[in-house]
Formats: sequence, structure tokens, C-alpha cells
Amino acid sequence: MSIDLETAARVARLARIRVDEAALPALAQEFNTILGFIEQLNEVDVEGVEPMTSVTPMRLKRRADVVTEGNCQAAILSNAPDAREGFFAVPKVVD
Amino acid sequence: MTDLNTLTIAGARDALRKREVTSLELTEACLAAIEAAGALNAIVHPTPDLARAQARAADARIAAGEAPAMCGIPLGIKDLFCTRGVPSQAASRILAGFRPEYESTVTQRLFDAGAVMLGKLNMDEFAMGSSNETSCYGNAVNPWRRGNDATPLTPGGSSGGSAAAVAADLCLGATGTDTGGSIRQPAAFTGIVGIKPTYGRCSRWGIVAFASSLDQAGPMTKTVRDAAIMLSAMCGHDPKDSTSADYPVPDFEAALSGDIRGKVIGIPKEYRMEGMPGEIEALWSQGAQMLRDAGAEIRDISLPHTKYALPAYYVIAPAEASSNLARYDGVRYGHRARLAQGDGITEMYEKTRAEGFGPEVQRRVMVGTYVLSAGFYDAYYNRARRVRTLIKRDFEEVFAQGVDAILTPATPSAAFGLGEMAEADPVQMYLNDVFTVTVNLAGLPGIALPAGLDRQGLPLGLQLIGRPWQEADLLNTAQALEAAAGFVAKPGKWW
Repeated sequence: MSIDLETAARVARLARIRVDEAALPALAQEFNTILGFIEQLNEVDVEGVEPMTSVTPMRLKRRADVVTEGNCQAAILSNAPDAREGFFAVPKVVD
Repeated sequence: MTDLNTLTIAGARDALRKREVTSLELTEACLAAIEAAGALNAIVHPTPDLARAQARAADARIAAGEAPAMCGIPLGIKDLFCTRGVPSQAASRILAGFRPEYESTVTQRLFDAGAVMLGKLNMDEFAMGSSNETSCYGNAVNPWRRGNDATPLTPGGSSGGSAAAVAADLCLGATGTDTGGSIRQPAAFTGIVGIKPTYGRCSRWGIVAFASSLDQAGPMTKTVRDAAIMLSAMCGHDPKDSTSADYPVPDFEAALSGDIRGKVIGIPKEYRMEGMPGEIEALWSQGAQMLRDAGAEIRDISLPHTKYALPAYYVIAPAEASSNLARYDGVRYGHRARLAQGDGITEMYEKTRAEGFGPEVQRRVMVGTYVLSAGFYDAYYNRARRVRTLIKRDFEEVFAQGVDAILTPATPSAAFGLGEMAEADPVQMYLNDVFTVTVNLAGLPGIALPAGLDRQGLPLGLQLIGRPWQEADLLNTAQALEAAAGFVAKPGKWW
């Protein structure tokens, strides 16, 4: 399995990370090195083995379906790069 | 009294209780040491005012006769922990300016116990790295040097600032986190003790997430006893972390009997790596002999899937990271890129993340994105999770055969020079975690402790791996090894 420039560009787009065209060959090369390393997993016989979902055998706890925290709008917005009138502000999403 | 910043946690606690010293005096000694240690770049956000206020409060508590073990003890806190009102940016530009409105559960527990925070500690960006070279704050530097050679060495990573700060006596102990070895590898590189507890022991709430199924917090300290004291204060059930275990927390210090007679210690043959330096091989054998001399039975064991742990890790950890780091989008906190005329929300995301994430983080997020993408999910991600099941099963089988703990080297080498790996491909750096990563994949407790010096005068560590939830027994075995190894060397002060 080899990553070409087109795939590298697609992955960058899916990850929402801008990568300059000029940086794509180096990126694809790094992906190939890492994926080459990962390929070793194909040597393992995993027939009939369940994929791990939880490393400790525990049931997730349940809690009452109630509001536990709230009324902290100012705290939630306090770190926003752009907050206006009680909202997070972003560039126009819909024309 | 000796320089107060060089005390152990246990020593400081006893002196505090006897009123031989105050927390404020301890704190001032550490703050002075920090002030003089700029060259180590270990502390990236000092909090002296907070530290003094906490120290005064601790002194009042001690005076009132109500003092838990950690009361008045000055600590460093890894930048990965959210600390209320104090910069907490995971050593990333993308969290520049972020001041949490809340406190992580682990730091809250430490503060409830009366501990003092001296400042936030350097680390690899989002805990992704093994040398502290991916930090937005620049490299942390190991206080140890190769004899008289002034080449700056890595303190390891990702908890490199924590390791450097403890080894250089800038604090009495520090918090670390460990996803693939990030407590144990830096501890080994700096001649200190670091324990990663069983997955679920410490709440992950308020710790910036890297790979949620692997991340665990733990203490980094000067001695095994200190690790026991500090770990007791850090762990415990937390309803805010659904994977936090609702088990009682033992008094780990009380379990330190020093008696390991009859314990069975496994030596896994798969950890004998090709090209392993002779000194590390020798240290490992000496460690086994020390445990045998202390009355333990040494048994050769096999963990057949060891070889596949790193490749499985480099699927699972990036996959989880790509998902966890999706939240850094320039909307709710941290950095947002300056936008050009006509840029929409997609450009905002892409530019923000390109500017905010360093190269290693970008690489892992993209690898994670790839292995989770349509068509590859089964081939990579599900296969890696199956292999993870097999790795855990390897451990379960040896524990079922009566093995109490497993002894391995902590790292494949001593600390290397900063920049020495710059030309290596990413996989070369990943090999640092070859002995530690299995433990995260299996969710087990693991502890690294210093056991000797190499011929260049650098510390080398050994690792003990324990049964799940048996940190008390593991710490006891570690203390027996610590006592036998008698490691007392300290780095010569050059900074």
C-alpha cells in the first residue's frame, strides 16, 4: 500500500489541515514510512479475535438523566477567539 | 537543614509535621531553584503567587493538626492538566491563551490534599513525542550530561519538563501522563521514579486528551515511597470520567513492607531486542539478580505478541488522537487563524489547524484520519484492536501462571542528544517506547526506577509491570529493587 500525492492531499483535507502543495511529497513519504511499519500487523493471525473495546472489564456507570451543571454561559465563552452576544462567532457558513 | 528543595516528599512531610520547616519555606526554596534553572526550560508557566498562597493555607492546616501526607508539598504540574485560571496549553500553539475555567480532577485532588503548585511544566505537544522536542515552548533540557561533555541531552518525553524538574530538584514531585511511555521513559532518562497506574485509576477529566483508551496520569518523584504517597492522593473514582474505576484506593505507602519473598518475577524473552546495548542487558540481569537475592523467584516467560505492540499503538493512538483533536477548530478556545477576504468556515478550520499544530501532531492526526477513513477502517484500525486483544491476553496468561510482576528495561538506550534524531524518520523516534507501550495497550500498571549509570555517567532505568489494580504490590517490589540498586547519583549542577 503506497500513498500517492492525491491520497495525501485527501487525508489532509479530511483532517482539516491545510498542507501546501509543495509539502505533499514529503508528507506522502512520511505516511509511507509509518504505514510500512504498521503493515507488520498483517503477519498476525487475528482470526476469531474480538477487537478490544475496553481495556478493563467494567460496565459503564449510569447516572440519572438530569442537568448537573448549567447557567455558565460567560465561563463557556470566556476563551472563545470571537464571541458576540452570547454566541460563538464564526465566518458565514450558509450563503 | 539541607537545601529544602532537595527533600523527598516523605522527608518534607515528616519535617512539616514536626514543625521543623514550613510549606512556605519549602515553596520559596523551590521557587528560588526554578528561578536559577532557566537553562533547563522545565517550567513554562511559573505560578509563584498561587504557590505562596497555597503554601500559607497548607501551613495553617498543618498548624491546625489536620494535614494529609501531600499537605504543603510543592509540585510541578504537566501542562496537559487543566488548571483553573492558569495557562494550560498542552505545549501547543493552538491552545495559546487558554485559561481553563475548571480544574482537572487530579490537580483538584492534589490541591484538596494541600499540595502546592509551583507552575506548569514543559512537555511534547499534546504529549506526542519521546524527547520534548515537539513543544511549542522549545526543548526541555536534561539536567544530566555525559560526564564533562556539554552536549544538551533530552529529558525524554512526553513528560520531559516533569522529569527535568524533579531530577534537578526544582520541585519535590510532579504530575506526568503516560500514553505509550511518557512517564516511564523520561523518568528513566533522568534517574527518577515514575509510575503509570492501571487504566482507570486516575480520572482523566480535565487532562487534555491524546488517546483516551491509553492515557493515564501518574506521579514522577525522587523515590518509590514518594510515588506511593503521591499516587494515593491522585487516584480514586470520579463520576466525571466514565472510565474511572470505582474501586477503593489503598494506602500505597502503608503497603511498602520491603518483603518480596516468594514473589514470582517474570523475565520476558521478547524484550531482549536485537542491537540492545550491552549495558542495558547487563543492568537487566543485575536487576533480576537483586530481586532473586531479596527472595523472589525469577522465571523466564514469553509475551509472544510484543513485537506487534508498537505498530498496533501507532494505529490506535493516532486514530484516537485524530478524533480527540478535532475539537481544536478555532471556534471555542485557543488560536484562530487570521482569515483572508472571502474565507469561509472550512478555510478557518484548515488554516487554524495548520498554524496551531506542530509537524508531529499534524502527522499523527493525519495518520489517524487515514486509518479511520472509509475502506481502511477494518484493515488498520480493527486489525490493530484485535492485536491489542492478543497483547493483553499474553499478559493475562503469564499472570494466570502465577507471575506477580514482570521486569524489563525501561528504555532501549540512555538519554540521547537533543537534535540527534532530527534526521531520523518518525519510526526511529517511536522505538523509544518499545518496552513501555505494551503496558498501555494492556491497561496495566508499570513503574520505571533508576538502577544504574552507563559508562558515560547517564542514568539507566528498569521497568516493573504489575497485575491490574495491584499497584500496592508493584510499588513494594519496586521499593525492594530500589533498595538493592542503591541508586543515589544526582546530576552535577551546571545550570
